Amino acid sequence: MKDEITREERVDNLKGMGCSRKRVEDARFTQGKGNYVDDIKLDGMLFGDFVRSPYAHARVKSINKDTALKVPGVLAVLTADDLRPLGLHWMPTLAGDKQMVLADGKVLFQGQEVAFVVAEDRYAAADGIEAVEVEYEELPVLVNPFEALKSDVVLREDLVAEDGSIPAGAHGPRKHHNHIFTWEAGDKDPTEEVIANAEVVAEESMYYHRTHPCPLETCGCVASMDKVNGKLTLWGTFQAPHAIRTVVSLISGIEEHNIRVVSPDIGGGFGNKVGAYPGYVCSVVASIVTGKPVKWIEDRMDNLMTTAFARDYHMTGKISATKEGKITGLQCHVTADHGGFDACADPTKFPAGFMNICTGSYDIPTAFLEVDGVYTNKAPGGVSYRCSFRVTEAVYFIERMIEVLAIKLNMDAAELRRINFIKKEQFPYKAALGWEYDSGDYHTAWDKALKTVDYDGLRAEQAQRVKDFKAGKTRKLMGIGLSFFTEIVGAGPVKNCDILGLGMFDSCEIRIHPTGSAIARLGTISQGQGHATTFAQILASEIGLPADSITIEEGDTDTAPYGLGTYGSRSTPVAGAATAMAGRKIRAKAQMIAAYLLEVHDNDVEFDVDRFAVKGAPEKFKTMKEIAFAAYNQAIPGLEPGLEAVSYYDPPNMTYPFGAYVCVMDIDVDTGVPEIRRFYALDDCGTRINPMIIEGQVHGGLTEALAVALGQEIAYDDMGNVKTGTLMDFFLPTAWEVPNYETDFTVTPSPHHPIGAKGVGESPHVGGVPCFSNAVQDAFRPFGNTHTNMPHDHWRIWRTANELGLHD
Amino acid sequence: MIPAAFEYYRPKDMDKVLSILEEHGDDARVMAGGHSLIPMMKLRMADVPHLIDLQDVGGMSEIEIGADTIKIGALVTQSDIIDHAALADVAPILREASLQIADPQVRYMGTLGGNIANGDPGNDMPGLMQCLDATFTVVGQDGERAIPARDFYEAAYVTAREDGEVLTAVTIPRPKGGHAYEKQKRKIGDYATAAASVQIVNDGGKCVSAAIAMTNLSDTPVFSKTAGDALVGTSVDDAALKAAVAAMLGDIDPTEDNRGPVAFKNHVAGVILRRAIARAWSRA
Repeated sequence: MKDEITREERVDNLKGMGCSRKRVEDARFTQGKGNYVDDIKLDGMLFGDFVRSPYAHARVKSINKDTALKVPGVLAVLTADDLRPLGLHWMPTLAGDKQMVLADGKVLFQGQEVAFVVAEDRYAAADGIEAVEVEYEELPVLVNPFEALKSDVVLREDLVAEDGSIPAGAHGPRKHHNHIFTWEAGDKDPTEEVIANAEVVAEESMYYHRTHPCPLETCGCVASMDKVNGKLTLWGTFQAPHAIRTVVSLISGIEEHNIRVVSPDIGGGFGNKVGAYPGYVCSVVASIVTGKPVKWIEDRMDNLMTTAFARDYHMTGKISATKEGKITGLQCHVTADHGGFDACADPTKFPAGFMNICTGSYDIPTAFLEVDGVYTNKAPGGVSYRCSFRVTEAVYFIERMIEVLAIKLNMDAAELRRINFIKKEQFPYKAALGWEYDSGDYHTAWDKALKTVDYDGLRAEQAQRVKDFKAGKTRKLMGIGLSFFTEIVGAGPVKNCDILGLGMFDSCEIRIHPTGSAIARLGTISQGQGHATTFAQILASEIGLPADSITIEEGDTDTAPYGLGTYGSRSTPVAGAATAMAGRKIRAKAQMIAAYLLEVHDNDVEFDVDRFAVKGAPEKFKTMKEIAFAAYNQAIPGLEPGLEAVSYYDPPNMTYPFGAYVCVMDIDVDTGVPEIRRFYALDDCGTRINPMIIEGQVHGGLTEALAVALGQEIAYDDMGNVKTGTLMDFFLPTAWEVPNYETDFTVTPSPHHPIGAKGVGESPHVGGVPCFSNAVQDAFRPFGNTHTNMPHDHWRIWRTANELGLHD
Repeated sequence: MIPAAFEYYRPKDMDKVLSILEEHGDDARVMAGGHSLIPMMKLRMADVPHLIDLQDVGGMSEIEIGADTIKIGALVTQSDIIDHAALADVAPILREASLQIADPQVRYMGTLGGNIANGDPGNDMPGLMQCLDATFTVVGQDGERAIPARDFYEAAYVTAREDGEVLTAVTIPRPKGGHAYEKQKRKIGDYATAAASVQIVNDGGKCVSAAIAMTNLSDTPVFSKTAGDALVGTSVDDAALKAAVAAMLGDIDPTEDNRGPVAFKNHVAGVILRRAIARAWSRA
């Protein structure tokens, strides 16, 4: 048999790895045909919504529902007293704490859920909310974690013993009634000794402000309890549908096989949709009580004020070095503001996430990290907003400390990075705070980045600008922002990563249909990442069937294999690996079928793009399409019919994508307005599955980085009122505010991942935040600035200029 | 973000509008584009049991350019202003300012009359109208009356318009000389951190008239006569600019909000005004 097309054409036809295949999801999304949770409409469906606390800290003295129950269309008003008999007035958090589902005697943050009004539609629910009468007694408010640790005011009476002692929490002993945990990594005494005896030490305190992932689609769900068959179906905005199913089973007592959790199309998650929220619990209870489906959808203000914030880390660092700039030690202390309940979404053993990646991309021989978690009167959360667990905080910390050290040494910050990078030959590299970096080639990436932007030329231009500024010729300063980051993603190895005891493996199940097309189901769930496109590409390359003939399905726990979901850039490192491994099982069976059909020994055929061919006789082959049909119509001795596989993948290590970013910014010192002139982003995410999707991910991550660095925050006043509860004040950049991005790459495959891929969705955010911030800080470096806190909005930039005496 | 129930009216003529207003008094409000009122209703900060939509009332969507004056109907949208070539010729500052209001989607709905009548200190048109010395026409049960823009604003959301009256049109003397609308904002769609409207006339290198108004720097728009006067008779040199800025700073009264503290707003107001004057003067 003779080939009608070339081998190259056969490769192209697969649209496998490395191809910029267009996103298969976009046909429906660009035509408004997506199916989001608020698109779900069921017969007799009711609508539930919350009465929320206007106070940040108050006793709830009484709740009167009588008037509300008379509002036309209102069917029920649930309070903590209604949930108490079911044991559902509190729920466990992912961080080993518990959280009130509905206010149980007091409220701890503004916007906290006080009562759940169930009505025939959302208009009646809104009227019912207005009619619920709640009597509050205001209590002293703590919005500053340092004050909270000194205050006599007890936020969580439930966590103080009757004799007044403070019992240990989920992460060990607690020092004060408002203290949650202390978490340590590294070696305290040796680090302190190195720093005490160092030639040069730089110190800095920085606040990484509270912000919010703010996905375009807010959180919501539809709960439907079928009382006839006892089955609960829960559609919702879940980044981890299987974990939600297990949690719902554990807290409701409904057996897990009677619960079906479905994540339909999700309009962005960025960490906001990892946790479990009171709205889910109340919807389920309301459906059980009424026997009807109940929908709950947050509005924008609910979303910004109550469901999972990010960051809020007060970080203090010391970094020591030789006079030549070789770093010798690093110390970091974090005071972490977790709000009223500890609802951080981190692997169980990591209450501060992977903050212990804070030695960054540098060969730092000794280091020590200590994190204190604190309760305050703010909303709970602490999720990883477009980053792996607390990695943005870690990278911001080290990339600022490097800059501060460079100032202390009077050295160029690019050069300081270069002489401290972990060298290519040092990988796998065991870092001082415990992680083993799998691979990297930092010097190559850095040199490429600096050369591309003409770094020396930029510095010369900047020096001239400073002269011109001092001579009164310009009122604009120029900042060059640098960052080099290493992410730690793909959580994670079951030996050290679990959530609620569930190991953080992931899964893929493949069924090949007789005509040579396929469906693959995964334990992850796309929120816009393009899984239906990219996972099909992995499979196309692994099993030799065209990506266009492979359906990817996620998010329905009745059909998908168990997995831990999508966040922390774990889909490609973990589920992507499971996909490749399941594909290889398919290929192994296909090889036996091919050998049978070609009448040779199994070892005498080899895989080639889309077929198995006889070794040394490539004209004798069977295509995967032919093999698929044979699996269903041939009685092959010793082989079961069919062609299916499932793989559960427990990764041996995390993956460590890295990148080199440069930002050039002009700053108007009189108005505080920054203008981004250039942004260059080089990413190394290992093997590249779809370059177009990678570029899109980089653009998205950088834009969210720009947002956080230049203005996006959840700010509170002293009374615990949220000052930034709408998109007027919470900065969500539009095309207008976003610069042109230049993207670039190097490829350093992960040595332990089946296809060498590392994940990329979060890298640009992790690397972008310090890069934008460093550009602002660098502009003011010639005038004596060492550090100023984000967000760098107009007035804060103006304040920096003002404090440096740059105004008349 | 769900409003309380309300009655919706869409009358075809002004008499009907006025009679509904008369009948319901405080409980009725008229709506043009709805881009200020509807969000307030959704937040339940505005309680409007009777909402009167003006869209079907004729005669308020015209732009008439006369020999000495320009008359613009209250329902003319910001988008209409931007697209009107003849208007841009005779009063280019209207287009320059409209392009800095909100975003294109909002500008298709947002009207000149709504922007002016709502009395929100963040709105851009009120200050601009004061700069241009516009006159607002309002109509009520007792007929029409004219109110100068410079006398219209009393406090945030409080204006000289009575509850039973509807703002129907704006009349502007054809502007002379150079213009500038300078606005600093945090992002597209935002209200001003500080904005300045300047219209200035140059006669042989000397400023012979100057009108200056500031936006979102007090609880009303601020027409700063003293700032304009500081420029008249000068060559708009640095000393004159300084004097104008100092005079303007005496007239504004900004408050701290998420855009920044008072000191910052005062500073930026000065910078923005300087730039606006310089740009207007370069065109004069």
